[in-house]
Amino acid sequence: MAKRFEPKIVAFLCKWCASAGADLAGVSRLEYPPNIIPITVPCSGRIDPQFILQAFKEGADGVLVGGCHTPGDCHYINGNFKCFKRVTLLKKMLRQFGIDERRLRLEWISATEGKKFARVVKEFVEELRKLGPIKVT
Amino acid sequence: MKKLKLAIIPTGSCSGCDTSLVDAGETFVKALEYLDIVYWPIAMDLKVDSLLKAESIDILIVHGSIRTEEHEHLVKEAAKKAKYIVAYGSCTCFGGIPGLANLFFRDELLKKVYIETFSTVNPEEKIPGVTCEDERLKIPKLREWIHPLDEIVDVDLYVPGCPPPGEIVEKFLETIIAHAERGEPLPEKGTVLAGLKTVCDECPREKPDKIVVKKFVRISEAKEIDEKKCLLAQGIICMGPATRSGCDARCLKVNMPCRGCMGPSPEVVDMGAKLISMISSIVYADKEREVGEERLKKVVEEIVDPAGYFYRFTLPGSILGRTRRRRDKE
Repeated sequence: MAKRFEPKIVAFLCKWCASAGADLAGVSRLEYPPNIIPITVPCSGRIDPQFILQAFKEGADGVLVGGCHTPGDCHYINGNFKCFKRVTLLKKMLRQFGIDERRLRLEWISATEGKKFARVVKEFVEELRKLGPIKVT
Repeated sequence: MKKLKLAIIPTGSCSGCDTSLVDAGETFVKALEYLDIVYWPIAMDLKVDSLLKAESIDILIVHGSIRTEEHEHLVKEAAKKAKYIVAYGSCTCFGGIPGLANLFFRDELLKKVYIETFSTVNPEEKIPGVTCEDERLKIPKLREWIHPLDEIVDVDLYVPGCPPPGEIVEKFLETIIAHAERGEPLPEKGTVLAGLKTVCDECPREKPDKIVVKKFVRISEAKEIDEKKCLLAQGIICMGPATRSGCDARCLKVNMPCRGCMGPSPEVVDMGAKLISMISSIVYADKEREVGEERLKKVVEEIVDPAGYFYRFTLPGSILGRTRRRRDKE
């Protein structure tokens, strides 16, 4: 039997919401696939598109960006909006590079949404399985 | 007086770089007194043999991107003998405008140019380089991807710019003169002969404390341009904030936005990503809550061809470097 493709996901999670949500999913003992490598950053507005491109270059099949809910949840007032604009424009550019925009996923996950975090990771892994491994040349 | 042996190899280049050297005028003439040219096809009647048979080369200048197998071969052969290698011009330093071809596979490019374009009549579907390998006519094959020079050989000095601006060329020639005349050392390996800040630092335009853009316009579409005010503040995409200084903001002084020919500033790794970051930040800055995601998305997505625009000179040297599409046949 052919081995099932296990996508690698790099997740950039903001310290105040998404990362706390991931912690909650952990302490609540929610099950979600182990394909994810979480990296906590102070704010989703701190995520430089360079980080995301570097992740793709190093072989990540998908990148998950997690931040606080818009409009008002960001600890730093508008970091989540900055992140939103960057990811939107970066998706457009990734299309030109031939990287499916579904490989970059932006989700707003609050500190109380452990369940949502688990669901998002599950969905994302399923989606990436369908897309297959990213071409690394 | 011992003369320095100089070889200039043009690779995938428009020869604008040759012109920029000659443009240096008196400094160039002075430099020639200390130089013995081994190879410079555009100016001297020396064939490739003189390059391949030269015993040693003191200074090797390469300008242009590495596009064909011949370019790679010549550069590698010359680099074996060269004591000091200079990447001259943006194509050599980062890949340059020809580097945008990296968004497509080689076969696609050849097919498009030699078969598919409207003005082409090529019933036998002949493609040079790939099918023509007659003994009499050897056309070098295109490499699959364009590379900046430092991915092929070790580079000692980078002279960016498209072409390198006059002051930098002069500085470059004067370093060579100082080296030949007084034995002063050439810049250490990895030096970039340009500024350490960004173009904004040199730009004379008035910059507001906070730049807020509600709509982007192309320079050709702009109805009115304030000649004293920052172009970004007027909604015209300018690449100054991520571009290395040293050009004295020559484009900005004539009402053209910076296109980024000097390459990334020292702290920037990937120019396109950094520009995405910068351009996104100023869209409705600090007013995001009021306008909401839909509106922000609309403004940002109106930017036509972000890869082509933000990587105009730096695609092959960037993080992704080339298309990541799968080939159709795979």
